[in-house]
Amino acid sequence: MKPAPFDYHAPRQLKEAAELLATLPNAKILAGGQSLVPMMNFRYVVADHLVDLGGISDLRGIAVVDGWLRIGAMMRQRELETAPEIAQHCPLLAEALHHVGHRQTRNRGTIGGSLAHADPAAELPAVCAGYDAVIHVASIRGIRQVAFADFSTGFMATALEPDEMIAAIDLPVWRQGHGFGFHEFARRHGDFALAGAAALLDVGAGNVVRRAALSLCGVAATPVRVEAAEARLIGQPLDSTLIRSAAAAAWLVEPVSDIHAGAEYRRHLAQVLSARALTDAARRAGVDVPSVV
Amino acid sequence: MSKQPTRVTVNGKAHARIVEARLTLADFLRHELGLTGTHLGCEHGVCGACTVLVDGQSTRACLMFAVQANGREVTTVEGLTPDGGLSVLQQAFVDNHGLQCGFCTPGMLVTLTELLRENPAPSEDEVREALSGNLCRCTGYAGIVKAALDAAQRLRDAAEG
Repeated sequence: MKPAPFDYHAPRQLKEAAELLATLPNAKILAGGQSLVPMMNFRYVVADHLVDLGGISDLRGIAVVDGWLRIGAMMRQRELETAPEIAQHCPLLAEALHHVGHRQTRNRGTIGGSLAHADPAAELPAVCAGYDAVIHVASIRGIRQVAFADFSTGFMATALEPDEMIAAIDLPVWRQGHGFGFHEFARRHGDFALAGAAALLDVGAGNVVRRAALSLCGVAATPVRVEAAEARLIGQPLDSTLIRSAAAAAWLVEPVSDIHAGAEYRRHLAQVLSARALTDAARRAGVDVPSVV
Repeated sequence: MSKQPTRVTVNGKAHARIVEARLTLADFLRHELGLTGTHLGCEHGVCGACTVLVDGQSTRACLMFAVQANGREVTTVEGLTPDGGLSVLQQAFVDNHGLQCGFCTPGMLVTLTELLRENPAPSEDEVREALSGNLCRCTGYAGIVKAALDAAQRLRDAAEG
């Protein structure tokens, strides 16, 4: 349970990190290390070089600019969980963060690391899918922006090239007063979720849904947007019947069976958790709906 | 560059060593500094036995390299223990049957130290959630949760004088 030897690099500037990633052979990025280091201890990952991004101040910070919340990739999950800017502007992210690992791992783990690791059961990629996040990707060629739908490419796979790193994440700020909900099922709090659902609802006059997003984790190789559910919600008056109908659209997901849960059970969870997340979102948007499951 | 000069303050005492980059903070504390109160159970971030405070924040010492602690302050279970006695939290563990074999206890104490600092009056649910990252295979947690709530009460009583 000891990692194989590697050379350690601790750049202080983004440019320096990009140059290291472009020139060092078999280099891995060390962000929070809460997924990478276990894999190194097991020797699933053997890297010749680790580039630690922990000392780069340009990769930190939270700012609201023109209707977008920009989060530096190296912000620790627990910093985001407790940040007033997150609670005010993107409360779904704070809600989901309560479910990410444990306090000890959230103290170290970063948002950028979670997105780059791209575990299909992870909460933060599902939140980014729901928000239509924009990922800022840095390399020696500069910074490019990638829509989250294009960023997430497959099972633990992303659009990142080997010499690229996530610099920041942009989340669009929804109208103040919008509703949000996150529910997942794990055998114990902090374990990998068997399935999870993230919901956003913007509700206007007459309780009519103006805008909706529903995304799932744990039910496919990547986070899934349930567009059929969103289509059922938008333009309709929000009540428990509509929530039940929208959540039922999660039936369309095609999960895999593994030792933790069968595909049918995961599909069942997808619907139940979608209904619960949408119900929370409805209530937080000011619409009093009874629980449907 | 596989070896790195590293300066770490541990329990208030400064240490300077040249360490292999792959040396975890847990092995650094145990083997370089002889602080064997930090236990290693799983070495892949699941059991929580190796939990220490890094700049005051609970951290799994098996998932951090010693070189990453360069310039930081680390507190281990030894640093939570007053000279010639037990802390309020430690005494509460004794009084409430909060430990049996004791292997998980250092991690429990470190995690609860952070929790009680941030939240002096936690509910039972909040204690259980905070301890969700620390595995105990003896007690069934009942005594540990009781000890945490008891310690919180004693610390509040002491603060009120």
